[in-house]
Amino acid sequence: MISTSKGFTVFVYVFLIFLILCCVIPFWLLIASSLTSETTLLQNGYSLVPREFSLSAYKYLWTAKESIGRAYLMSVLISAVGVSANVLMCILFAYPLSRQDLPGRSVFSFLLFFTMLFNGGLVPTYLVYTNIVNVKDSFWGLVVPYLLFNPFMVIMMRTYFTSSIPGEVLEAAKIDGANEVRCLTSIVVPMSKPIIATVGLMTLIAYWNNWTNGIYFLTTRTELYGIQNYLNDVMNKATFLQNHSNGMINARDIPNVSVRMAIAVVAVIPLLVLYPFFQKYFVKGVTLGSVKG
Amino acid sequence: MSTMQSAVKAPMTDLEKQRRKAKRKKLFIQFLPLYIMLIPGLVYLILNNYLPMAGLVIAFKKIDYSKGIFASPWVGFKNFTYLFNNPDALKAMRNTVLYNLTFIILGNIMAITVAIALDTVKKKFLKNFSQVIILLPYLLSTVIVSYIVYAFLNPTNGFMNNTILKAFDVAKIKWYNEPKYWPYILTIVYLWMSTGYSSILYYSTIIGIDKSLYEAAVTDGATTWDQIVHVTLPGLKYTIITLVLLAVGRICFSDFGLFYQIPQHSGLLYETTQTIDTFVYRALLELNDVGRSSAAGFLQSILGFILVFLANMLVSKIDKQSALF
Repeated sequence: MISTSKGFTVFVYVFLIFLILCCVIPFWLLIASSLTSETTLLQNGYSLVPREFSLSAYKYLWTAKESIGRAYLMSVLISAVGVSANVLMCILFAYPLSRQDLPGRSVFSFLLFFTMLFNGGLVPTYLVYTNIVNVKDSFWGLVVPYLLFNPFMVIMMRTYFTSSIPGEVLEAAKIDGANEVRCLTSIVVPMSKPIIATVGLMTLIAYWNNWTNGIYFLTTRTELYGIQNYLNDVMNKATFLQNHSNGMINARDIPNVSVRMAIAVVAVIPLLVLYPFFQKYFVKGVTLGSVKG
Repeated sequence: MSTMQSAVKAPMTDLEKQRRKAKRKKLFIQFLPLYIMLIPGLVYLILNNYLPMAGLVIAFKKIDYSKGIFASPWVGFKNFTYLFNNPDALKAMRNTVLYNLTFIILGNIMAITVAIALDTVKKKFLKNFSQVIILLPYLLSTVIVSYIVYAFLNPTNGFMNNTILKAFDVAKIKWYNEPKYWPYILTIVYLWMSTGYSSILYYSTIIGIDKSLYEAAVTDGATTWDQIVHVTLPGLKYTIITLVLLAVGRICFSDFGLFYQIPQHSGLLYETTQTIDTFVYRALLELNDVGRSSAAGFLQSILGFILVFLANMLVSKIDKQSALF
């Protein structure tokens, strides 16, 4: 740790507090506008302190829980399936790669690493997922493309396995007659909680916040929309309405401004709630996982 | 002589071959569970990564869905000439590279500064609290960030026009109609979203720096600034090179969400907000123009690969240890 002069310490304090304010204020503006009554919002504009406090946006959310609640549940379902599959596949891939004695290990490492350097891009990927393995307009379109298995996280996990689990422990277990599966489930996994938590959290953020798969692969079945796609859809309709005052979209179908802000707030809550539990693992996991291996 | 030698040698190699075969079989059986574990990941890599790589050839084809992707007729470089005749495509390429250069420079400077600040703070509470808070933007999707930006920039009642500009007596600005402001807006939004995460990457390296180096520097009379320049920054060298290298390899790619959602896909702003990724998306899914979009995507992938390769070569020339591969 750097030992600092007094002037420098004060400077750093000011800097960090400024930084914290920069991170919080925009987010606070979102929360504040969801707690402002619609008329004040339209007349006096967005402000950091609600000029007229109102919970009506959240009350409306409760009455409209059918459409918003379904999008919300879809997000929960997509994330649950996606995160468990990704974590499982990452562990299963990272463990063999962490074993120095595995014949052909470098080939598999290369196959994994190469995908981080080179990829086919949107057009071929889109064509593969709509023509060869058709996931268009299905639940799997939201789960499988891009997100299901992340090479970067596998490499983080492999590095963690090689650096934090002594080879002697595995050797000893094998002498005691444990097979590979047993080694993985009762030694490697319990010893790797920080990295598993980190990978789990990163995947959860990726799935929960994903809206691209929705716009790529859902064209007709919008009832499968998760909360992010729902928000995106609402915003699109609202801007469309603003630009074409007598368009084809009925203004009554679109939640008003404060309600939109309230949905956005509600969409962030699950990650905010889970985040502190993962946070202590997060820095540790990134630290141990990113050591060059 | 030589025939005798080979006659003696041949049965030996046969035996050796057999032994080796048996050994290999034994090894294979011993490691079979590990190979089975690799299967789900490999299947996914083939589907999600390697098939699309092979699919890059469609940039040279005219897609005919009735014949299938790989059986469609070849058209040579027609898709590319068609692409380069489009001024929007050229603008998208220019924007992508310029934004990325800005992001690499400013993003890394910000992240390193924040990481050093985090390391210097001694108050445990402020240290932990700021770590939690600076990762807050990382938790938000670009859709939600676009809501926040909209709350700031809404032309009639947004926070910028209605509170900040009002305080300085400046006339309202129609943000979503004026392309000239967007390079600044997008850079600020990018830094807001990404600094937390990348500073944690740097911070995790800083924690690993040997404490005795600082102590030695202090006994030699080093000031705070000296310690940063002579201990911290050299300690960060590998991380900086690795992250910059990865970013340079992605210089033809852009964060689709940032450039699609934040400007509310306003057509008036394409001049400064269109990047290759939004161009490819719009050409493919809004205009159904497979030719142009596949050509642009092909250039993006190939150039990206060449760039990351060149950058890595350069780095391994300067310092072998820092190279990625």
